[in-house]
Amino acid sequence: MDLAIYNSRRRRNVVATAASYGATGVGLAGLAMILIVLFWEGFSGLSLAVFTEMTPPPGSAGGLLNAIVGSILMTVIAIAIGMPIGMLAGTYLAEYGRHDKVSSVVRFINDILLSAPSIVVGLFIYEVMVVPMGHFSGIAGAVALSVIVIPVVVRTTEDMLMLVPNTLREAAASIGLPRSLMIRHIAYRAARSGIITGILLAVARISGETAPLLFTALNNQFYSHNLNAPMSSLPVVIFQFALSPYEDWQKLAWTGALIITISVLVLSILARALTGTRKAS
Amino acid sequence: MVDVTWGGARVSAQDATERAKALNKLRLGDVIFHAVTRSAALLVLLLLGGVMVALFLGSLPALTTFGFDFVTTQSWNPVTEKFGALAPIYGTLITSFIAMLIAVPFGLLIAMFLTELCPMWLRRPIGIAIELLAGIPSIIYGIWGLFVLAPFLQQYVQPALIATFGNVPLLSSLFAGPPYGIGVLTASLILAIMVLPFVTSISRDVFDAVPPVLKEAAYGLGCSTWEVMRYVVLPYTRVGVIGGVMLGLGRALGETMAVTFVIGNAHKISSSLLAPGTTISATIANEFTEAVGDLYTSSLIALGLILFVITFIVLAIARYMLLRIEKRVG
Repeated sequence: MDLAIYNSRRRRNVVATAASYGATGVGLAGLAMILIVLFWEGFSGLSLAVFTEMTPPPGSAGGLLNAIVGSILMTVIAIAIGMPIGMLAGTYLAEYGRHDKVSSVVRFINDILLSAPSIVVGLFIYEVMVVPMGHFSGIAGAVALSVIVIPVVVRTTEDMLMLVPNTLREAAASIGLPRSLMIRHIAYRAARSGIITGILLAVARISGETAPLLFTALNNQFYSHNLNAPMSSLPVVIFQFALSPYEDWQKLAWTGALIITISVLVLSILARALTGTRKAS
Repeated sequence: MVDVTWGGARVSAQDATERAKALNKLRLGDVIFHAVTRSAALLVLLLLGGVMVALFLGSLPALTTFGFDFVTTQSWNPVTEKFGALAPIYGTLITSFIAMLIAVPFGLLIAMFLTELCPMWLRRPIGIAIELLAGIPSIIYGIWGLFVLAPFLQQYVQPALIATFGNVPLLSSLFAGPPYGIGVLTASLILAIMVLPFVTSISRDVFDAVPPVLKEAAYGLGCSTWEVMRYVVLPYTRVGVIGGVMLGLGRALGETMAVTFVIGNAHKISSSLLAPGTTISATIANEFTEAVGDLYTSSLIALGLILFVITFIVLAIARYMLLRIEKRVG
């Protein structure tokens, strides 16, 4: 009797552990397979022309230069808009209104915005920018991306400022430093690497965003850095090229996907290294 | 000792006004900085409100024209300008549901592996790898689904499914029709793969929050690994796990690119999982720039509004539950 219970408990444990090992194996293998295929297909199309030539019409050779430039341009502007707003809002949550009622509401809403569907952000910017302006534009795309940047930066800025020990703040206050100076000269400095991490993560997040660009920046087959005109970007070009029936276009889509993935991985690893050294010190 | 001369009497009137000026300047800087940060924080609220209002105004023409029929009919006809959102809503819900059905058990089992079974030296590398994978943009999963997963399913898996379940009552309708490759099942699988790292890393964090004393006590009583998971870790972390699952669900519901590539974009509700379908986000992504006429555009924006409301509710519940477990941890 006892032995029967013992045996059934053991069987159950063996089944559960086996399932756990199996799930890990299958899960990791599946995810690894995606990366392997991506690197395989992407590298075979990688050449200097990718970085020096425009997106081609179907059936001829070309590169992704205009898309890469468009992506970088829109990302830089999105960060330039989103970073200050996000940092200031995060500062308020961590420094001034840590226990406010308003802060807890902002925190809650910010967390929801953090994972809100990005296509909805695209629709929002379409309504408030593209319709009044009357045409698609690079600046609308950049603003749409900045809406995605803000919650990421708010969250990391707040988290990192929370890690700054209160004794530092008290020391600053005790020598008569006003609060705003204390925040700017003490708290920001102590949390600097963490805040930079947040910004890197935000760049990683938006560098692959496609949905918010589809109907804000649209696309542009030619090289353009006119922010008032439609602008091409890597993700949108990948979307368009991958779904096309032309083989050269599909090849370029894979290469573009590889470029995005590598940049996202590099940014995330960099961000991780930054916070890693911080914890170690 | 340093002599500190602090004779109030010796401070001239000029010094005093200068000091007052300097102090005022500092105070002003303080007030301004406070106001600026506060308005930035309020801007976040405004952003959400703005999204709501803009979508609502944009969808007003469609909502007034079709009324409640918009969410209960499934005809989607740009030519006759009759739009009903039932098919995309159904597609969104069914693909997310199947995706979670696959990703949640997998995610929990992997989290169990990472917190209980994995050797210590392997935990960090695998954990980091999973977190990095959670950050890969969805378009990458989409392109992989289109070029690798869909042909594979079409050639090997779907014919087998049709052959196996074709004669089983009930199940036969789930797996009816020709193997297209793209369709509801493929989209669900891609979604599952995409949310897997997400669910895994949250569950692992939640599992890690269980005080070791509890687990050690259970092991000390002679519990097996599974029993510790089932009777100690899971009950303790239930709220957090549900929160993590809801967060993953929020991702899956709103996911656009991974789905758009492989769903097939067909505006009909089919009982078969192999048939092409559509989701809210895929419909918007595919049709928005080509939409002519105010009513068409407005209907698509109304779809966006519905999606936003659904995900808002799901995410709000998720955050509430995660907050509860955070409070308990301290």
